[in-house]
Amino acid sequence: MTDLPLIGDYSTPTTELSGARIGVVTFPGTLDDRDAARGVRMAGGEAVALWHADEDLQGVDAVVIPGGFSYGDYLRAGAIARFAPMMDRIIDAANSDAKLPVLGICNGFQILTEAHLLPGSMVKNDHLKFICRDQILRVENNTTAWTNQFAAGQEISIPLKNQDGQYVADEKVLDELEAEGRVVFRYVGWNPNGSRRDIAGISNAAGNVVGLMPHPEHAVEAGYGPDHTGTDGLGFFTSVLTQLVGGTK
Amino acid sequence: MPRIVVDVMPKPEILDPQGKAIVGALPRLGFDAFSGVRQGKRFELAVDGEVTEAVLAQAREAAETLLSNPVIEDVVNVQVVED
Repeated sequence: MTDLPLIGDYSTPTTELSGARIGVVTFPGTLDDRDAARGVRMAGGEAVALWHADEDLQGVDAVVIPGGFSYGDYLRAGAIARFAPMMDRIIDAANSDAKLPVLGICNGFQILTEAHLLPGSMVKNDHLKFICRDQILRVENNTTAWTNQFAAGQEISIPLKNQDGQYVADEKVLDELEAEGRVVFRYVGWNPNGSRRDIAGISNAAGNVVGLMPHPEHAVEAGYGPDHTGTDGLGFFTSVLTQLVGGTK
Repeated sequence: MPRIVVDVMPKPEILDPQGKAIVGALPRLGFDAFSGVRQGKRFELAVDGEVTEAVLAQAREAAETLLSNPVIEDVVNVQVVED
């Protein structure tokens, strides 16, 4: 299946990236799986639909856990999705020697913290309101599986939309994240939800698992991202495809 | 039929935005005696039959693994209630 941009002339990356298979997980209540799959295809990869209740990773080379409200955010955001059979496979693969690249976006980030693949947790925004806006982030670490096509310190603009977006962890964990370069994205300009140390996204120690609250998959196509020009989200998907073909810097 | 009640509270060092909103609303209704509110969760686990030590142990484990997230919450009470 090929996706073409809806408007404008947007050339797809070189064919050497084709063939990499990126799984996109769907839980009951997931909203952004189609956009995530489209982001994968726009970057030149093949998107593979993964169902939460299945146990077969279908040999995918990487996984995106998209946003939404899995299980209605009941109990805690991501708390019930974390125990899905597919999550057990993903946790094993992410922690294995193969270091399966995993990206958690918004609710996907919350699921990754509940699954203990990433430290800390998310609580309600400090102002208690759902927020939806274009958000500027600084790429603090451009060596992860999902950020290697960005420049260090690059500022990107992608949509942010959530209610439980306030990243919290104890001071020891925060200090470790900072010292190990695992703060991958920081909010620029203002802190939209009270997150500790303006943290928008983090990685695990190996750098294969990354989670963030804002939504790169909504900024992959000219005419639809922030300011109607933004394609800053595409870099997440080209990064993982580049790593998979051995082209990391 | 007995129930096991599990109470979960946000950790003291975690800002509780919901509690903060509630404490702001109280004085507007004339309740001026309260300086702070923290909002937690109460779970009631129904048990068919007797609550044995093994059942209680299961409840405690469920409380720590699923009902609460130890990063942001504490299990403050696990208690058997007879109807």
